Amino acid sequence: MKVYMDYSATTPVKKEVLDAMIPFFTEQYGNPSSIYQMGQASKKAIDEARDKIAKTFNARQDEIYFTGCGSESDNWAIKGTAHALKHIGNHIITSSVEHHAVLHTCEYLEKQGFEITYLPVDSEGLVSLEDLKNAIKDTTILISIMYANNEIGTIQPIEEIGKIAKEKGILFHTDAVQAYGHIVIDTQALPVDMISVSAHKLYGPKGVGALYLRKGIKIHNLLHGGGQEKGRRAGTENIAGIVGFGKAAEMAYTDIEAHDKKLTTFRNDLTKRIMEAIPYTRLNGHKEKRLCNNVNISFQYVEGEGILLGLDMAGISASSGSACTSGSLDPSHVLLGIGLTHEIAHGSLRLTLGDMTTQEEIDYVVEKLPAIIQRLRDMSPLYEQVKEGNR
Amino acid sequence: MYSEKVMDHFTNPRNVGEIKDADAVGQVGNPKCGDIMKMYFKIENDTVKDVKFKTFGCGSAIASSSMATELIMGKTIDEALALSNKAVAEALDGLPAAKMHCSVLAEEAIKSAIYDYAQRNNKEYEGLKGYKPPTGDEDHHDLVEE
Repeated sequence: MKVYMDYSATTPVKKEVLDAMIPFFTEQYGNPSSIYQMGQASKKAIDEARDKIAKTFNARQDEIYFTGCGSESDNWAIKGTAHALKHIGNHIITSSVEHHAVLHTCEYLEKQGFEITYLPVDSEGLVSLEDLKNAIKDTTILISIMYANNEIGTIQPIEEIGKIAKEKGILFHTDAVQAYGHIVIDTQALPVDMISVSAHKLYGPKGVGALYLRKGIKIHNLLHGGGQEKGRRAGTENIAGIVGFGKAAEMAYTDIEAHDKKLTTFRNDLTKRIMEAIPYTRLNGHKEKRLCNNVNISFQYVEGEGILLGLDMAGISASSGSACTSGSLDPSHVLLGIGLTHEIAHGSLRLTLGDMTTQEEIDYVVEKLPAIIQRLRDMSPLYEQVKEGNR
Repeated sequence: MYSEKVMDHFTNPRNVGEIKDADAVGQVGNPKCGDIMKMYFKIENDTVKDVKFKTFGCGSAIASSSMATELIMGKTIDEALALSNKAVAEALDGLPAAKMHCSVLAEEAIKSAIYDYAQRNNKEYEGLKGYKPPTGDEDHHDLVEE
């Protein structure tokens, strides 16, 4: 049996999405900047996709800008704000558990002379509103806090953060790459100025993202060149990708309540049964304020990469925050950020669910996982100490 | 990412376990780094009669332990001390660059155990000259020879 449980890494493109994209490769390939009919048809297709995405945000069409990926949207929002407002101040507030697209952008700006405050999070991954208020200075120009965490799924109090930002007259950006497609983000109700999203997390293609930029907000461009995207993001449009993104977003928000209900049930079932079947485990992230598709559990005394290899041999695709899978020597900054010891962070497993997840798949993972963990524990000198009562 | 040999030794590791009345025990690495290797030896006439390991770590750490124990089984102590991390990695048909430290850990675990044996029996071995037992705090990730 093949089980894909890494939907937060990426999703398959849905057939309806692919079907919508196909004509724009070989038949309808005109450049949207060209005035002849085929060019104008491409322009129309982009406008329609923009309209679909705007609707999901309850936003205006002219508040949606297409980019190459979620990381580009994050870079644009943060660097664009920093450069546009540096005459006002040089201080940016973010959190310690952001995606690297935000963290490394902030670190880059730090080297350019900006001052960055990285708000800590509590043991469930939430930032504190008090900490946020205390961090704000006269020089603060931007708050950038992720909507939902990519590793542990914790959903931040975005509305409250937005209100604080608005009161103080500070721009607020949220990286909603993981939240988009799972949560209703209503820009009429939510005081957020910029939102980064990506297509490939909600069954659209890779290589296309978007930035919601509230009407009237002026930030600098990241990409300079032609006049595409109303002069704010140069480069010939990825038409097929944009069309696919529009279709995928439309589908994702058609019945999002049913999506949320189905995945929440699966998530809770999977979490409960794993925790019951395997001792010495810890659920990472918030119990309720978490993405409907995210399960993140640490298994003590074993290392995450071994779990992933074992799962892979059983046909299950998943991910981990262990050092060995992050490409660095430290385990995930998110797991360390919520206060886990290195040892426990190394033994984390992230299972993320999606529209194609079935009850059979949940059952299969619950059936296979205990033996995989036990085999690694039987090899672990740390578990040996536990059995001997020395740990 | 991994060679077939690494996957074989990860899936079917050789010599996993403990030796209750071991003549020597060595442990290296620390949980902070994400890998700990522990080796148990039975030694007779300066020859490795039996060796077993327990490892907390990634796939390549488990495979390196397995391969290293296989390579020194039945060998003399001098031969076991001469085993380099490169030899372990080569026997596994190579390790990814970021995983070479796992083979270092295997070499260190053997040296640490034989040091324990030398201490217990008042012996000296050429291969242990200048050897300092691990304190548990060092970062073996820095020990990889390029």
